[in-house]
Order: sequence, then structure tokens, then C-alpha cells
Amino acid sequence: MSARPIATTRSAAGMPTGRLAVWWVIASEIVIFGGIIASYVMFRLSHESFTVDAASTKMWIGATNTFVLLTSSLFAVLGHKAAEEGDGPKAARMLYLTTLGGLIFLVIKTFEWGDKISHGHTLSSSTFFSFYYTAAGLHALHVAVGMLIMLIVSQSAKRNLELHRVELIGIYWHFVDIVWIFLFPLLYIAK
Amino acid sequence: MATQHAHAPQPSSEHPAHAEEHAHHPNYVRVYVILLVLLLVSIAGPELGIRWVTLVTAFGVAVWKAYLVAKNFMHLNLAPRYVGYLVATVLLFMVLFFAGTAPDVMKQEGERWMKPQDWQQAAAHGEAEHH
Amino acid sequence: MAESIPVAHPHEHGHAHHEPGFFQKYLWSTDHKMIAMQYMFTGMAMAMIGGFFAYVFRMQLAFPGAEVPFFGLVSPAEYNALITNHGAIMIFWVAMPVLIAAFGNYLIPLMIGADDMVFPRLNRLSYQIFLISALVLLSSFFVEGGPFGGAWTMYPPLSSNAEYSQTPIGTTLFIIAVGLEFIAFLMGGINFIVTAMNSRAPGMRMYDIPVVVWMIVIASILFMASVGPLIAGAAMLLFDHNFGTAFFDPSRGGDPVLWQHLFWFFGHPEVYVVLLPAVGIVAEIITVFARKKLFAYKTVLYTAFGTGVLSFTVWAHHQFVAGIDPRMANVFTVTTLLISVPVAEMMFVYIATLYGGSIQLTTPMLWALSFIAEFLIGGVTGIFLGASGTDIYLHDTYFVLAHFHYTFFPIAIIGTFAGVSYWFPKMFGRMMNETLGKIHFWGTIIPFNLIFIPLFILGAAGEHRRIWDFTQFPELAIEPLRRLDQLATISLVVMLAFQSVFIINFFWSLFRGQKAPRNPWSANTLEWTTESPPPHGNWRPDEMPSVYRGPYEYSVPGREQDYWPQNVPN
Repeated sequence: MSARPIATTRSAAGMPTGRLAVWWVIASEIVIFGGIIASYVMFRLSHESFTVDAASTKMWIGATNTFVLLTSSLFAVLGHKAAEEGDGPKAARMLYLTTLGGLIFLVIKTFEWGDKISHGHTLSSSTFFSFYYTAAGLHALHVAVGMLIMLIVSQSAKRNLELHRVELIGIYWHFVDIVWIFLFPLLYIAK
Repeated sequence: MATQHAHAPQPSSEHPAHAEEHAHHPNYVRVYVILLVLLLVSIAGPELGIRWVTLVTAFGVAVWKAYLVAKNFMHLNLAPRYVGYLVATVLLFMVLFFAGTAPDVMKQEGERWMKPQDWQQAAAHGEAEHH
Repeated sequence: MAESIPVAHPHEHGHAHHEPGFFQKYLWSTDHKMIAMQYMFTGMAMAMIGGFFAYVFRMQLAFPGAEVPFFGLVSPAEYNALITNHGAIMIFWVAMPVLIAAFGNYLIPLMIGADDMVFPRLNRLSYQIFLISALVLLSSFFVEGGPFGGAWTMYPPLSSNAEYSQTPIGTTLFIIAVGLEFIAFLMGGINFIVTAMNSRAPGMRMYDIPVVVWMIVIASILFMASVGPLIAGAAMLLFDHNFGTAFFDPSRGGDPVLWQHLFWFFGHPEVYVVLLPAVGIVAEIITVFARKKLFAYKTVLYTAFGTGVLSFTVWAHHQFVAGIDPRMANVFTVTTLLISVPVAEMMFVYIATLYGGSIQLTTPMLWALSFIAEFLIGGVTGIFLGASGTDIYLHDTYFVLAHFHYTFFPIAIIGTFAGVSYWFPKMFGRMMNETLGKIHFWGTIIPFNLIFIPLFILGAAGEHRRIWDFTQFPELAIEPLRRLDQLATISLVVMLAFQSVFIINFFWSLFRGQKAPRNPWSANTLEWTTESPPPHGNWRPDEMPSVYRGPYEYSVPGREQDYWPQNVPN
């Protein structure tokens, strides 16, 4: 197994390597979500029929999920603060709480979707729901991946190793939160 | 010009790393409470029933929340400036994509064609045609 | 921020000094040079498959209905699958892996004075995902129904409706293969961008970075900023095809033109993604073999940025006759014609660089010069297509095909041969045979022109793309045009035959070539300061280079030697 290359420790661009990389990842993710959201907006604004389907999304579930993600973001940034202070075990605990928030988000979503599907709203029942499930599903996938990475990072963090990674996964998580901040009004409020 | 260290010479635009330590962290819990309040505003907006109010509260709040998260949680304001430019640029590309695509995708009818508006209507229309 | 966090690493900088086994060294390596080789050999293998497909369908076009040697009879469905996969393979599994991933991986750490990429394990993972994507694509040739045949552009409804395409499994595999390839290159791109931004040798300022490194980095940025909507679109297409959604189905309120926009928003920047690295390779070669400074480094850099930005504003010129809003067509005509300016500017700078230089016509130099000449033809023929009026006639004819082969061929083939013949000594520690190299060069370039100039004529005469048999069209089945088709095909066969010279040269030189010194070309850039081939870590940790000047200080007046390496203090 190779050790960390000297290349990784240099920072000619004024930022540590890991953080620079995460921001580039975020930039490319903005374009992915931007593509699906832009397509959705075009359809939404030109299809009257979407209003009928959009009315069936339950705003209070979306709002609860927004609350859950915002709270998990708080724990993520508190984890970063703990890592900065050198407190690895505390950072790990904050990451666990963040992951828990992600889990609650996904569980609520599972119940929500189960309910919708039982009412006949599936991926192919109407174009609104095609977009709904695709966009929210893509987002949920990012939540799940984020949770997995957070668990991995927390294993090192609790032993005071690789603490800078706490901030990095935090930045990714905040981005996932921001995507939901926009999906919520798009899919749940604007009816 | 050359140094003997493994670290590259720092560009002049970088904030010295230690300055950030001394700068006060925003109070994260306070920011969080503001975010929750904004969430409540965006939920309350539709209750008034006025369409433009709903849209302003829903999306205005979204933009504001995103700004707060980016600034206070992601520390975008402390990163070198090109990061902000990068994010702004890709967002602009999304606007560009929308501007170039919407005139086609949002057009519902032309000289000799029209798009079926309603899913059910299209399905019914299709059924009628095939049987 | 992070500097204040105590960072404890499980390992320190030293490497364990055991000899890696075969698996660790060749198949599981995290060394950027080995990963570069993996990409290069995979890309070259895929090129042989893509080239074979071209041979088969060109034989069908020249001799319709005849059995093609080594293939048999070509049915219309097979013809469609051959052209589809030829296009997809050449762009996604040859041009991108060789120009960006192979050369990028190999050159970037070496040319900026770093010991590896910043994320070696992510690098390895990106190759593995890339390999899987290639295998997924290849597997589509063996499934029931056969491989996808709806063109590399995958337009719905042909691609979204299995009843139309008749290739239900092939379509799904094709979309998944492309999607995986995108993910592999997103991961690879992060490495290239962050390494080039952060890990430069002490003293290497922005304007001391070799042009090819800049170009690969800008190409990676363009890729990352443009592929997103298509990833979303690919998911939507997959759902339309397999799960009954209607994103692109007009009968149910969807819009097939949305797919076109999602595709071309990426598809156009993509051609600049592959162009820029090739242009970068040419810059390195012409400066060395003209013994002359690059005429205007900053101009090249800024025009590359300008081209990159503009490339996001031209995409719908691929859709002029698709029924888009004509007012938008006006906008895209203007932007498309504009983008030719920065690209032409780059070519002018190269010509100015050559002017007055001490030209050495080595094999790499021949390739680099031919790039400029051939790409010029490709570029100017693009003007006819970029103007929406003429495009109405020329769209979907062989004129388009000849135009993009006059651009893609210089990019993917000439660029690759230029780069390989130039850096082979560094990569493998041996010199390639110059005579064989020149035979290969002429045996490729002359037939190349004889393939595609006839296609310009045929396209202007009305021969349409993606047609399996022109004998069905009386106006096109006339003798002079058929003769041109046959000339093109025979030239292709000759060109493919000459590639054997390259393969012989490559493998013979690999094992029996003259041993290469550190700097056989007397070049300035950092990769030439280390051994040929470089050891793991590129330099000894205490001998990592520092940089004192730009990369193109050739023939500097008052100096004894006509080159001045970047790492030499005085």
C-alpha cells in the first residue's frame, strides 16, 4: 500500500488538497442536479397538468425532512469544529449524529414513497412523478453515499486520525442539504 | 524564485491560515435557529393563498438558506476567491442551459403540431385512436 | 483551516522497500505512470476494435451486399450497430482515455515536478471503473438482440423504445457503459485538476506550467462542467427505456428535443475536451523540434480559456434542422462562427512559433506539423456547417462526417501518435525506430486524406449519413460517386494495413530499441530531468526539482546551449 505522496501535501493554490478536491466535486454535482432541475422546471412551467399531480405531495413530510437535514447539517459543522479543536472522539460522535439524521431522512422518505405508491403514484404514472422520483431519488442516493463515507471517516476520526476529513465530508453533506433546500419548494411548495 | 522547502510559495491572495483560527466562528447553533425560522416562513407562505407570496417565500427562503449554509457551514467566504467564482460559473452554465433549451422544450404547439398537455388526456386520446 | 487540525497519518512518507509482485505492480498499482499505461493500452485495444468496425461498414458501403472478409454479410441492423459503436468507442474509449487519462496521468506529475497524483487510490479506482465500462460496452455485442444501433447520439424515441430499436438489452448496456465512463472521468478529472493546481514544484508559477498540462486541466474542467445534464439525461433515458417513464415521449407530454439539448450541451464541449490535450501535445513537440520559444504563451492560454467558455454557447448548431426555434438558431450561428476565432488564433501562434525555427523533421515533429495542416481543413469546413443556412443542406450528409473526421482524426490519431513517438523514450527507456516511424507516418497521412476528401464531395452531392446501401438511391448510385466511395474504402484498408508498422515498431522498440538517455530530445520540461523510465516516486525524495523559469526557453541568445531546462538554477 503506497504512503501519501509528497504531491498531496503541497498547496500552491492556497487550499489544502482535500478541500480543493471537494469543491470541484461540488461543482460537477451542481451541474448534474442542475440538469435534472432545469429540465423539471421547463416541464413544470409548461404543463398545466403537473399542478394536479404536484398537489398530492405532502408538504409537511417535505418540511419534516427539511428540518431533519438542517439538523444533521448542524451536527456536521459541529463535528468540524470538534475536529479543528483536535477532539477526534467528539467529531466522530457528531458524525454519527449526522448519519443518524440521514437515516431518519431516508426512513421518512421510504414511508412517504410507500404511501404514494400505494395510491398509484409511481415512477411512470405521470411525468410529474417521473421527475419527482428521479430528482428526489438521485438526491437520496447522494444522502446514502454521504452516510457511508461519514461512517468511514468517523472510524479514523475517533482515533484522532485524518481529522481533516471531517470537514471534507461535512462540505459534501452541506451541499446535499442545499440541494434538498431547493427540491423542497420545487416539489412540495410550488403547487 | 526557488525555495528549498517541499511547500510551494504561497500565492499572495491566500489568507494566512492562522488568521482563520483567531476569527470567530459563527455561532453555528444561532445560524441553525435562523434556518429553522426561515423554514417556518416558507411553510407559512402558502397559507396566505396569494401565489406570488408563496413563490417569493418558498424560493426566496431557499436562496437565503442556501446562502447561510454555504457561508456559515461550508465556510465559502473563507475559501480563496476562485472557489466562489467556480460555483458562480457552474450556476451560470445552468442558467445558460435553461435559456438555450427552454424555448424548445416549453413550446406547446407549432404550426401543425401540438403536445398533449395532460397525461390522462393523452392516454385517453391514444386509446381512442387505437381502438 | 485544515492546517490547524492535527493531522496524524497512519504511515509516514517512506515506502516499504520490498519488490512489488506482478499483481501489485501491473494490475493493482497506484503509480500514475502504471495507471497511464493501463489507460493507454486499453484505449489502443479499443481503437483496434473501432477501426475494425470502420473497415466492415466501409466495405459494405463500397461493395454493397458483398461478403466482407473476416465478417460476412452486413445486414442493415448490423450496419447501424457498427457505425454506432464505432463512433462511441472512438470518442469515449479511445480519444478520451488516451489523450486525457493516459497522457494526463503520465505527464502531469512529471511535468510539474510531483511524485504522483494527489489521490493515487482514487486514480486506480477511476481506471477500474473505466475498464468495467469498456467491458459493459463489449458485452453488449453478445446479448440477445445485439448491440445498440441508434447512433452514438442515442436520440429518442429510437433509443427509448425497445420496439423501435429492436435491441432491448443492448440499449440498456450501452447507456450504462457510457454512464460508467462518465463517472470514471469525473473521478480522474479531480486528480488532474487538483494535482496541477496544488502540487507544482517550488518556483513553478502559473505561467511556467507546460501548455499540455494546462490543456489537460482545462479539458478536465470543461468535462466536469458539461457532463452533468447528460448524466441526468442518461438516467432519464434509461427510465424511459426500462421503466415506462415519458421524459422524451411526445405522445405522453415528453419532449425528444430535450434529450438533444441535454446531449449536445455536453457533446459540444466534449469535442474541445479532446481537442485541447492534442493541441497541448503539439505545442510541446513543435517548440522542442523548432528549438524555439512558444510564440505567445499567454495568448495560447487565454485562447484556450476563451475556447472553453465559448464552447458552452454553441451546442445547438447540432440541432439546426431538428425543429428548434429559428431565433435560437441565429444565436447559435453567431456563437459557432465566433468560436473559430480563438481556435484559429492558437494555430496562428503555432505557425509563428515554427517561423524562423531550426526545424528538425523527426517523427514526432512530422505528426505535429500534420496536425496543424489537417486540423485546419477540419476547422474551415466547420464554418459551412456552423452557418444555419448552409447547414440545412449539409446536415446529416457525409460533408459533416468528413468535417468531424478532419478534426477528430488529427485529435485522436495524429495527436496520439505524436505524443507516443515523443514520450516513448521517457515511458519505456528505449528509442523508437525513426525509419519505421516515418513509414508509418506517410502510410497513415496520405490514405487518411484519400478517405475523407472523397467524402466531402459525396456529402455535397447529397449522400446522406447512416444509410446502409446507396444503390437504393438512383441519383447517388451513379458511377463517379460509387468510385469515390470505393476510393475511400480502399484507402481505409491501406491505412489500417500501415498501422501494423506502428505495432511492429512499438513492440520491437519496447524490447530491442536503443536504450534512451534521460533527455534524448534536449528538451526543457521537468520529465526529461529524471531517468528513462522514471522510478516509483519519479525522483528521489531529496532530489525533487525546483523551477526557475518557463518551459520554452530554447535558443536563448548568449547561452552556449540552445535549451535551458526549467530546473537548472543558472
